[in-house]
Amino acid sequence: MYKSLPIAIGLLLAAPAMAADHPAAASGSTTLLASNCFNCHGTDGRTTHAIPPLAGVAKPHLITLLKEYKEGKREATIMHQLAKGYTDEEIDGIADYFSKQKR
Amino acid sequence: MSLFDPTRRQLLGGAAAGLGLGLLPSLSFAAAKSKPIGRVVVVGGGFGGATAAKYLRKLSGGTIEVTLIERRKEFISCPTSNEVIAGLRDYKSIVHGYEGLRKNWGVKVVHAAVIGLDAEKRRVRTDTAGEFAYDKLILSPGIDLDFEKVAGYDSKAQDTILHAWKAGSQTLALRKQLADLRDGGVYALTIPKAPYRCPPGPYERVSLIAHYLKTHKPKSKVLVLDANEKVQSKEKLFTGVWAKDYAGILEYRPNWNAVAVDGANKTVTSELGDKVTADVLNILPPQRAADIAHIIGVVNVNGRWSDVDWTTLASTAVPNVHVIGDALQAAPLMPKSGHMANQHGKLAAAAIVDLLSGRIPQPGVIANTCYSHVDGARAIHVDSVHRYDAEKKTLLVVPGSGGVSKEPSEAEGIYARAWADTIWADTLV
Ligand code: HEC
Repeated sequence: MYKSLPIAIGLLLAAPAMAADHPAAASGSTTLLASNCFNCHGTDGRTTHAIPPLAGVAKPHLITLLKEYKEGKREATIMHQLAKGYTDEEIDGIADYFSKQKR
Repeated sequence: MSLFDPTRRQLLGGAAAGLGLGLLPSLSFAAAKSKPIGRVVVVGGGFGGATAAKYLRKLSGGTIEVTLIERRKEFISCPTSNEVIAGLRDYKSIVHGYEGLRKNWGVKVVHAAVIGLDAEKRRVRTDTAGEFAYDKLILSPGIDLDFEKVAGYDSKAQDTILHAWKAGSQTLALRKQLADLRDGGVYALTIPKAPYRCPPGPYERVSLIAHYLKTHKPKSKVLVLDANEKVQSKEKLFTGVWAKDYAGILEYRPNWNAVAVDGANKTVTSELGDKVTADVLNILPPQRAADIAHIIGVVNVNGRWSDVDWTTLASTAVPNVHVIGDALQAAPLMPKSGHMANQHGKLAAAAIVDLLSGRIPQPGVIANTCYSHVDGARAIHVDSVHRYDAEKKTLLVVPGSGGVSKEPSEAEGIYARAWADTIWADTLV
């Protein structure tokens, strides 16, 4: 249950964003693109549930996994279908985003 | 493409984490005071509205003041409520609070009902909490049920004939009717013509109820009376499970459009005059954007749904109002789902951050997934990725993306439950 997630995780999510004075461009951003994954992999890729977390995973590793899903080379229940919806450039941006999130 | 500066985020994250929870709201107010760029009121705290409120704060770095107005004190999830009805899940697990939005994100949460809007002065009026001024308003109204489209489905008949298509007391009441059903009794569900909330939801419900009856009351029957010509989602997967696991228990009748009910006898009549009597009669009436959308004036398609600009989700009827979730006249192949509403919330939030910062919003990509359990352990899914098409001015499914499960599996049963836990957190915490 998310209720049992340590509150500190919420803080980590909230605090950095709160401190910015000038919000970066939001639509068309990599953050928004990566948020397509948050509802299964957790906000910013942090989760304690059965779908694996992505926060802090090395960028090259994420790219390899996503390209293998996209090309149908990696066994999956759903990721082979979702990965086909994103361009290689988008995958690069998404992988960059998750690799820079705190675990 | 422009991004948050990751180093700055991490540094500040580390520092703030040591401050403790009590300091966070003041931190966020300090940020808002230093450079507020606008005020947004979000009306409706379901999957769409709650997500929009959180992501307005997140994507604006706390520089947008966000007030969420929601009638109910609790968020009650429709997704997974079929498991509660079938006795597979504790009701408490689908009930969540709004304190995460308050404490973690500095969203002002107000429990009141919106009763009017002045689009020119940009003020929204509530029944018990006064008026709120806004620069932009996000409306996430959800659906209301058109009981009038089913003759005899008046408030008295609604006491015995349930819909349970909005989670809450009806979920528990239907659970009780099934628990009280005698072995050898009949449960019947009517499904309205599409579009309705949650395309696979009715088929998941009958599968899980068949599972419950097969396990506990094996002489009982499930009758599925569908106004559509065929199963509307994951057809081969659902019909495959019914033929293999629920033969002799579950019967599916297409083109069966319920037009009248008799509450006293628990009888339903079709357009063609067929009658069915059931011990537990579960009617899903036709649906439309909820009343509040009509009050605010954003219902401009068939008197039922709301049309929007698919880059910003701005209403094409009322300026400065953005509409998200099930109330939309959906883009092609886009379902009315909690997952989609969560994605609409993020898209609308991002567009508003840009509008209030003087930037032109860019079109986006969003995805949908609907998991359905077919018994106590196995689930199936349908998913799709939707990308803005500049020529058609709508979101279209990316060719080759998405699809359905190969077969029902226990692995997906586990992922489906993880999805629920995770999307609740992504929406509310
Ligand atoms: C509907 C839920 C869902 C969504 C949305 C989703 N994923 Fe996944 N993801 C899964 C599941 C389930 C798995 C396990 C593999 C499988 O069965 O498909 C997974 C696995 C992965 C893995 C492999 C992780 C590992 O450690 O093996 C990566 C990487 C990944 N997803 C990235 C993404 C990215 C990037 C997005 C957004 C573009 C995304 N996912 C969106 C459900 C989802």
